[in-house]
Order: sequence, then C-alpha cells, then structure tokens
Amino acid sequence: MSEQKKGQSIEEKQYLVRFNADTKSHLHVKDPDICMTSCPDKICTIFCPAEIYKWEDIRMHVGYEGCHECGSCRIGCPHQNIKWEYPKGGHGIVFRLG
Amino acid sequence: MSEKFDCIVVGAGPAGISCAYELAKGGANVLLLERGEYPGSKNVMGGVLYRKMMEDIIPEFYKEAPLERPVVEQRFMMMDKESAVTFGYKGMEWSKEPYNNFTVLRAKFDQWFADKAVEQGAVLVNETVVLECIVENGKVVGVRTDRPNGDVYADVVVLADGVNSLLAQSLGFHKEYKPDEVALATMEVLKLDKKIIEDRFNLEENQGCTIELFGDATKGILGTGFLYTNKDSLSIGVGTLLSGLIKHKIKPYELLEYVKNHPMIRPYIQGSEPQEYLAHLIPEGGFKSMGKIVGDGVIVIGDASQLVNAIHREGSNLAMTSGRMAAETILLAKEAGDFSESMLDLYRTRLMSGFVGQDMQKYKDATHHFDKFPHYFDEYIPMLNKAASQMFTVDGSSKWDKQKKIWKDIGSGKDKMKLARDMYRAWKVIK
Repeated sequence: MSEQKKGQSIEEKQYLVRFNADTKSHLHVKDPDICMTSCPDKICTIFCPAEIYKWEDIRMHVGYEGCHECGSCRIGCPHQNIKWEYPKGGHGIVFRLG
Repeated sequence: MSEKFDCIVVGAGPAGISCAYELAKGGANVLLLERGEYPGSKNVMGGVLYRKMMEDIIPEFYKEAPLERPVVEQRFMMMDKESAVTFGYKGMEWSKEPYNNFTVLRAKFDQWFADKAVEQGAVLVNETVVLECIVENGKVVGVRTDRPNGDVYADVVVLADGVNSLLAQSLGFHKEYKPDEVALATMEVLKLDKKIIEDRFNLEENQGCTIELFGDATKGILGTGFLYTNKDSLSIGVGTLLSGLIKHKIKPYELLEYVKNHPMIRPYIQGSEPQEYLAHLIPEGGFKSMGKIVGDGVIVIGDASQLVNAIHREGSNLAMTSGRMAAETILLAKEAGDFSESMLDLYRTRLMSGFVGQDMQKYKDATHHFDKFPHYFDEYIPMLNKAASQMFTVDGSSKWDKQKKIWKDIGSGKDKMKLARDMYRAWKVIK
C-alpha cells in the first residue's frame, strides 16, 4: 500500500510539475480588505487546484509560483477580487505529458 | 516585429494549430503565437483525440503522430460508494485503420502537430503572450505581445487562446464566465508497465481502453471522472463544475484522491507511479454561453468560443473543425480582399450548420438541466446500483420478490412519478 500513498497530498502532486516561475506574480488580490472583512469562506483556498491561496491570519498569501493558470480563482472569487493575467511568455507552468 | 501577416493565430492548441496549418497550406502568410515554452506546455486534455476531424486536416496522421493507443473499448461506470454498474462497447473494427479515436498525451502531440504546421510554412513563435488586440476604427488589425517592440499586424487575427480567452472577453465578445459555466478538471499521469496495463484492461498491444466514471466519482456533484490507458501510463482525472466545488466546499485534488482510492478504481492503478499532476478549466456552458465569434478582422475558435460537447466528452475535435473552417473562410476572404465581419461571418454560418453547431444546439440545455437536478447523480445512480445488487444476489428469495422489493424501494407513488418525470426530462435534454 505504500506505493498508493505517493502523490497523495497537494505538496507531493505539485512536486511532480515543472514550473519556470517569473520573478513577479501574475496574480493579484485587488483589495485585501475584502478577503479580510467580507469573505468568511475564503473559498479560493479550497477550490484552487494547486492550493496557491493560503490565508495567513490577516492576509491572503498567493504562491503564484505553483499556479496551473487554470483561471478558476478569477471566475470563482465571489467578490471578483482577483486580477488575473498570464505569466510572461515562456514562464509559469510547463506540462511535459498530459 | 513590425511585419504584417495575412493572419495571426493566437494559441497553439488543437484549434490554433489546425487553423495555422490550413492557412499555410492554402498559401497564406501566417504567424502562430504560443505563450508556453513549446506548443502543448500549457495544454491539458483527458486524452481522447478523434481520428475523423484530425484526418480532415492531415490524412493518415496516425502513421506518424505520437499517439498512445487506439481506443478499442469504451466503458461507462455508474458508481456508488462500493459498487458500480458498468456497460461498454468493445469492437475490433476500432483496432485497425482507419481507427475511431486514440489516447494522446497533449504535450507530445501538440508539439508534433505544430511542427506539421511549420512544415506547411506557418511561422511559430513560442514564449509570447498576446496582451491585447490592436483595434483601429472598430477593426482588429493586429496584436500587442509582451516582447519588446511587440506589435504585429495582420488582415485577420484568430483567437485560439483557450477557455479563459481574455482576448475575446476584452473585445466584449463574451462576459466573464460564471462558476456554473466551467468545469475544473484535475488529472494525473500514472506510470505503469505496458504489460500490466494490457493485462488489467484486457488489451492486446496497441489497443486502448477508456472508462468514464459517473456518480460517486464526483461525490454526486455534476461532473465525471475518467481513466484512460496510454502506452506505458494511465491518465486518471475528475472534473466538476466549479460551482459544485464551491457549493460543497470540496478540494479538487482531494476529489481526485478519492477517485484514485475508490474500490472500483484502486485495483486498476495499484503500483503505479504518479508522473505529472495537471489542472485545467473546461468550458461547459454550451451553446447558451457562446458569445460572439466573429468581428471585423477577427475570428474566435476552439475552447475560446466555448466549443465543448460535455455530454460526449468531445472538445478537441470541435476545436480542430472550427480551426479548419476559420482557415477556409480566411482564405476566401483573402481572395476577395474583404476581412469585414460580414465576410468572415461565413465561418460562423458554416460552423453552426455543420456537426459542431448541431451538437452544440442539441445539448444546449444538458449541463444546466443536470446541474439543476442533482438527484440524477446522487439518488438515481445509487438506486441503480442497489437494484443490480438485489437482482444478482442469490439469497433464496424469488426473482419476483426481488423485483417487487426493488419497485417498493423506489418509494411512494409520488416518488415513482418523480422518477418517471426525471427520466423523461433527461431524455428530452439529450434527445
């Protein structure tokens, strides 16, 4: 069963992926106050498939380096509070297979 | 880059490459822009490539393209928590030329396909993001890229920039999508010995199997899972409407793990080694979510125009056909020297009168219907499993008694009416 456990956590999954991260983020929380005061669920921390959104007590940490560029956060944020762009050409996620 | 092209195609996926290939073949001067390191590096698909629409572009491509396996069997599993009712079709006519469809790994396939477009004369430039369309007097005349002096001009710009299509959105062709118009799919490629795959899936060499998963694979949320055989790996994934994940507060990768560990699935993938994890959105709003797809000097194709038939897990074939039709229209426009919306609208009318438009219209209510009535997935599939279990369990009670019990378990007369009504409704939205 030990083999079945491989790749099970999101950290392990993300470790399988190649990223060529830019030095600056392509994702921005437009108004940090909205996350703090108007968004009790902070649902982006749940549905983001790479778990790049992490709530740290008073602020949203955006680990853009591991982004799959899927667009879910832009569409799913209940407050349209995420400015979403593509990373600079040649940067970001690099799929090798699928 | 201040050159002018006949056409600029933004995005090297199945739609964009098909379009660039056909344009170059038709003698047009075409620039194909890709934001990734190479074509395919940003692209994700469960993995079924349909032969017919690809052959409309490159006849007998299967003799040289990097394909995984020709699919000879398609299974459908209606899953409950610890059971499944399975049906499927396997046919040897699919094991030989011209084949029906193939499993593919997109990063490999798209690179090969883009190379073919380059052989035809298309200019491929990777690592280039298109920031916006350059619009003059209401007409799209080029694109602004993120390269230094990165403006490029063309008679026509084709937007094949995928599900997010920020470019079509910024032209006002479609509104921002809502969470119930897109499905979030996560998948993994699992390395597994070729021989083990063939034994487990009852295959011979160069034969593949696809299994679509319904019901408990998505914990009752609207969506599906899949398990496909590649040469020496499996692709396993699960996709649900983004709105479903939000409503049920489910983490997509935990749902993927749930599927991988499901007792109906686990034995297939046992001992495999995860090689890659991928996430991507699928446009599933269907016909009603389609925005404008033609404007002055601009055409939208593929996922960017929401061309996905969610019921039949078709997308790349619609993308290819839309790319090919866009190219045909642009070649005619080039001949006529007219790149206006009314000329380019020929693309839309041809697309919508062919199989692409017909299928989009046929299933226009399907996603919304199944989303609105979740009991298809969370009630009826378990009911089907329970009925099968009762019927096939030999325990000394007569088959008549078993049938009576199954009938009784459906519920009151009112419940039976509801079931009949729902079955009729489901039939209506897909008929």
